[in-house]
Amino acid sequence: MVGNIAEAEDLTQEAFLQLHRKIATFRGDSAFSTWLHRLAINVVLMQLRKKGLSLISLDEAMEPAPEEGPGRSFGASDLVLSGAIDRLALERAVADLPAGYRLIFILHDVEGYEHNEIAAMLDCSIGNSKSQLHKARLKLREALRAQPAPEPSSRTSPQATEEEVHS
Amino acid sequence: MKSSPENMNCTDFQAHLPELIASGEDLSSHPHFSTCELCRALLADLETIAQAARDLFPSVEPPDDLWSHIETAIQAESNSNSSPAKPQQRPDSK
Repeated sequence: MVGNIAEAEDLTQEAFLQLHRKIATFRGDSAFSTWLHRLAINVVLMQLRKKGLSLISLDEAMEPAPEEGPGRSFGASDLVLSGAIDRLALERAVADLPAGYRLIFILHDVEGYEHNEIAAMLDCSIGNSKSQLHKARLKLREALRAQPAPEPSSRTSPQATEEEVHS
Repeated sequence: MKSSPENMNCTDFQAHLPELIASGEDLSSHPHFSTCELCRALLADLETIAQAARDLFPSVEPPDDLWSHIETAIQAESNSNSSPAKPQQRPDSK
């Protein structure tokens, strides 16, 4: 989420400190895991805000962006992404996404959460989660199409494991 | 607005894509999909991106001492709260 192991460790510690401070406010309105995940995500977003990155408020992240409608990427016919994607280029493109899009993309496509789980974590609608994920993928496609052709050695392997834990 | 599958143009189809993709249904039989190369290419690209995402950010195990640092930080904060005169400080703050 933050692209830096040391920073991820600091944020892990901060999340546990926040948990220690706020555990008494947990009312059981949602699953504890959902509450805890939302707390951790807010710690990450606060850190991103401190760093001055774009789109930091979770509420703002959930707002639709009309200027980035579904037809935006329509019109290009070359199938440059078919087959394989340069993994490093994709990681860079993900890192360059606005934080809200990156958050949804990582939660859904990288970590494998379902839209209903994401909606509960981020306190948004399921439709909003679907919409934001779609926009994130469109932005990634746009970024990757602007990249030069990938080197074979850095392409993603066709088989992927889904049990990984991501920092 | 044209919204029936038979009458969809690219804009209509792409407006419905977030729902269509999330539904998991097979879009190859969708009337627009079967006649529009551009939207087929778009969908193929989006699926490729989603597939490639599973390989991103390889797993990283936290260091052995991370939890002890967290425990120390929590303990320090608890002590600080019970003794307001003491400054609050994370043990591994740099």
